[in-house]
Amino acid sequence: MLDAPLLTADGLHLRFGETQALNDASLQVHAGEVVALMGPSGSGKSTLLHCLAGILTPDSGQVTYDGRLLSQMSDVERSALRREEFGFVFQFGQLVPELTCLENVALPLRLAGTSRRAAERTASDWLQRLEVTDVADKRPGQASGGQGQRVAVARALVTSPRVVFADEPTGALDSLNGERVMQLLIAAARDTGAAVVLVTHEARVAAYSDREAVVRDGRVREQEPVR
Amino acid sequence: MSVGLTLLGLLQSGPRHGYDLKRAYDERFGHDRPLHYGQVYSTLARLLKNGLVEVESEPGDGPERKRYAITSAGVSDVAAWLGEPEKPEPYLQSTLYAKVVLALLTGRDATDVLDTQRAEHLRSMRELTRRKSEGDLADQLICDHALFHLEADLRWLELTAARLDQLATHVTR
Amino acid sequence: MTTTAPPAAPPTTRRRRRVGPRQWAADLALGIRLSIGGGASGWTRLALISTGIGIGVTMLLVATTIPAVMGARSDRIADRPADGIWAASDEAPPPTEQSILVDHVRSDFRDRAIDGLVIQAEGSDPVRPPGVSQALAPGDLVVSPALARLMESDEGAPLRGRWSDRVTGEIGPTGLAGPEELVYYLGVEQVSNDFAMRVTAFGESGTGSSHADPTGQLLGAVGLALLLAPVAIFVSTAVRFGGEARDRRLAALRLVGADTSMSRRIAAGETLAGAVLGLGLGGLLFVGLGQIAHRLVPADLSFYPADFQPAPVLAALVVVLVPLAAVLVTISAMQRVGVEPLGVVRRAAIRRRRLWGRLVLLIGGVALLSPLRSGGDAVSANAPAIVAGVVILLVGMAVLLPWLVEAVVRRMGAGPVAWQLAVRRLQLDSGTAVRSVSGVAVAVTGLIAMHGMTAAWTAAIGDDSGADTAQVYYASTDERWITRLEQTPGVNQVGTLTSVTVESTQGGSQPVSMQVGDCATLLIGREIDACTDGDVFVAAEQGIPVPEAGSVYLLGDARDGEQQEWTMPASTHRFPGGEFGYIEMLVTPGALAGIDLDRGTTPADLRVALDASTPDAVDHLRTAVSRLDPSAHVTSGDELMTRAAETVRQLLLVATGALLVIIGASMLVNIVEQLRERRQLLAVLLAFGTRRRTLSWSILWQIAIPMVLGLVLAVATGTALAAILQTAAGAPVQFDWLGIGATTGTAALVALLTTAASLPLLWRLTRAGGLRSE
Repeated sequence: MLDAPLLTADGLHLRFGETQALNDASLQVHAGEVVALMGPSGSGKSTLLHCLAGILTPDSGQVTYDGRLLSQMSDVERSALRREEFGFVFQFGQLVPELTCLENVALPLRLAGTSRRAAERTASDWLQRLEVTDVADKRPGQASGGQGQRVAVARALVTSPRVVFADEPTGALDSLNGERVMQLLIAAARDTGAAVVLVTHEARVAAYSDREAVVRDGRVREQEPVR
Repeated sequence: MSVGLTLLGLLQSGPRHGYDLKRAYDERFGHDRPLHYGQVYSTLARLLKNGLVEVESEPGDGPERKRYAITSAGVSDVAAWLGEPEKPEPYLQSTLYAKVVLALLTGRDATDVLDTQRAEHLRSMRELTRRKSEGDLADQLICDHALFHLEADLRWLELTAARLDQLATHVTR
Repeated sequence: MTTTAPPAAPPTTRRRRRVGPRQWAADLALGIRLSIGGGASGWTRLALISTGIGIGVTMLLVATTIPAVMGARSDRIADRPADGIWAASDEAPPPTEQSILVDHVRSDFRDRAIDGLVIQAEGSDPVRPPGVSQALAPGDLVVSPALARLMESDEGAPLRGRWSDRVTGEIGPTGLAGPEELVYYLGVEQVSNDFAMRVTAFGESGTGSSHADPTGQLLGAVGLALLLAPVAIFVSTAVRFGGEARDRRLAALRLVGADTSMSRRIAAGETLAGAVLGLGLGGLLFVGLGQIAHRLVPADLSFYPADFQPAPVLAALVVVLVPLAAVLVTISAMQRVGVEPLGVVRRAAIRRRRLWGRLVLLIGGVALLSPLRSGGDAVSANAPAIVAGVVILLVGMAVLLPWLVEAVVRRMGAGPVAWQLAVRRLQLDSGTAVRSVSGVAVAVTGLIAMHGMTAAWTAAIGDDSGADTAQVYYASTDERWITRLEQTPGVNQVGTLTSVTVESTQGGSQPVSMQVGDCATLLIGREIDACTDGDVFVAAEQGIPVPEAGSVYLLGDARDGEQQEWTMPASTHRFPGGEFGYIEMLVTPGALAGIDLDRGTTPADLRVALDASTPDAVDHLRTAVSRLDPSAHVTSGDELMTRAAETVRQLLLVATGALLVIIGASMLVNIVEQLRERRQLLAVLLAFGTRRRTLSWSILWQIAIPMVLGLVLAVATGTALAAILQTAAGAPVQFDWLGIGATTGTAALVALLTTAASLPLLWRLTRAGGLRSE
């Protein structure tokens, strides 16, 4: 059974100055599946992720989410989409340094209009689930790298998004912490039915995916799903 | 690693004498284990029997005068072999290397070879990751050992992919 | 021996190295090279530092021209008042072939002052006033170019014929303070006025009258201090620009072996590069400004472009001190930051700001200002201390502000997301935001103090009593005057006030001024509402007892022998007035009870009621008066004083403009700092769907919170300073809350609008690649 894909990139081109970052890149992501984007540095995998998430607009080609063309949405609509339907985990530098970890996790809910109290209650549940309640009232600078990354995962999932974009989520962590973050991320995504687009250059991280797509020279060499 | 398929692959670039074939093989793949003449001729005999090569005789007598050429059945066997991933296991490099070189020599896309293999590796890694998350600590440690080896292979695959252009000029020189 | 010995390490590296000048120079040079070779971001930093310093240097250099400009102006006009000797006095030299009689006359046109010399030659070879080459025959008129232009223009029509129609020349620059000054020299047959001076030479007899008005000097010096303090603070802000990236670069240098003091010297070198570029830029801007500066000042302070010369010593100080100060600020800022080989440790965040050390400066400033309480005389004696006090007070305020912001922000709770982001950011590190606001706060403090002072000064002088009355001094009671003036367009009514010499029999020390005039004349002056013949009106300055009915006075000049006793009648009323320590009396003829005063010989003043609807009525009157007697003087309200206040106000306007530039520049620095420090974070926040509106508000709040605190502090300090200065000037302490509100509001508005206007740029730059960090 093949559903209509949830998120589709079709023939994306994007150029930064001299660099052709994306050159006819296409990808399909189905609801609930975990797709790893692999490839060497500079191959365009992060750029592809940014295009899929509506952060960057490609020069040509289309990104479709749930039947809607991202290019036809206004910046405000795309922001709302990212706020409500997407979640993000980056390698580092993503937590607001001046907010506490709890406030960081509550932030997306508050941006979407939830009251502070309700948002922080939900955030607290997520911190518990990711086993980082002990840093709830600390600032990110006072938490370890692994804890910070788990806070970031909690923040990405707190709005129950349909797609989580993770760009090298374990890039700054050692193996053990990286493994733990991946296990928690994937388990939580599977529970909530979120699809995950995972950019990584590490095979052991990519092994948490359902399938991988290799990006090389701005083009996707997609493999058949193995299931 | 299949010597027969490797020899077939070498023949695809043109008919050769048995002696030339051995030399070509040793030069590219036989750094630590050169082939005996006996191995070469017995392998060629088997390939001949299976219809994968044919003999072009030249004036004169004796084995030295025989030139072997690949048949169309042989070509499709090589293609199938190159297109099919190896079972992920340790110490695959020599086979994979041979495949990559042959793909380059015969004008096929070596990236495909590498990507096919990488997909297969990842499939195994996924399997191990799944087992690991369901198993106890002993399972986890065992799976991790295998995972780290596979990851090393994958890194080699990636590195090779990144150096394909360099390799191509080297082998086709 | 199988291996060669390693080369012996130079002994200097083993021991603690003595840092010689060569090492200093090498480190500075490395810093300079790093700042120039720092790629695009290095260049941006360099450009912004040098622009900031350039703006500051320009303003400082402009300030260094003030002595030259003022000096050149007063040198040229020092000769004009012709420091001669009163011709009627006993010491007056006898007339010679060269001598002339001169009466210095003030005239006016609308709100502009016109300075005039009425000249009567006593011999065949009269001396010539500065700036003219030919002698003046009776009826000859020589005018300054600006006056000539004015007389020829349509709006100058009421001036025509005021002195003479025979313009025989123009006054050259040597006789003028500035190109816009309005001056005339008029030749006459006979100087009518008793106050004429006999002059035998111009420009030799003396120093000229340096009318040292302590209040004016104080205003000037304090104004300069108030203007320059924000400039200094802005420069120190600009120097810190982009410090974080610099610190990271220094950390990399520490890793390869630079020690702490070395890294400071390298940082100093980087700053020095910006400072030197800034000096160059400031010099260029200054030269450019020199071309147009004379057009920016009010006409009464105009000067020639050639006067716009920086005082060499002061300019040299600027050139030396600005880079030095920049380097010192850099080094002191780095004391609070530990640049370690593996990164930057901000020590300031750990240490809470302490209050007491910061209050010391404020208290010191107030202490230095304390002599001012005793009023004007203390001012001139302590001028340097007072200026220092003002500067220290302002700097103390700038130093107190970070503590205040930290203390207040620490207690702030969470609100909406934008508010929460801003408050939390300020709680974590308010340094950047406060730095950009402190310049604004100091500028506003200065403006409030200046406005407060000028407002009080103007109020103390008294209001312009309106253009519908005028006084003519040194007129005579001649009927010809009354009839001629009554025919002048715009004149409704002319009345005569006769001055009477008065002495108190009670021996009171207060001088008394008595003027006699009929009710119609007294009513023109508006001080009194109702009058019947026989009334007496009396006023005295605050603090001086007002004489009661029944007081006895002697009228008439004792020297003439004829003194007559006069008792103040019961019909004596008070009226608001009394100035310069006089007891003022306005007496109707009926109240003199038959005492006969020889009206013919006593000087008379005229009071004129004007028709406010006739344009330029006062100027028509002036012209009519001048034709009757070129030495007579007309005032309408307190023109001279309000005009001076007007000039100060205009200067203040120029200063306000300059400070607004500083405010705008400060805000720009703030935005660029935001961009540099927080680009990645802003990009991440945008990535996960934060509305730009939310982020914009959080950035605005980050400015607005310290801004409000800074302005509160500024209003408090500014009004206190104004109160001190008003006390010093002997004016009643009062505050122009509307003006304070307008100044404060404008500053806040400029700051917030600049910030808001630069947000779109911030967003564009953020989008371009904030996330591409790996």
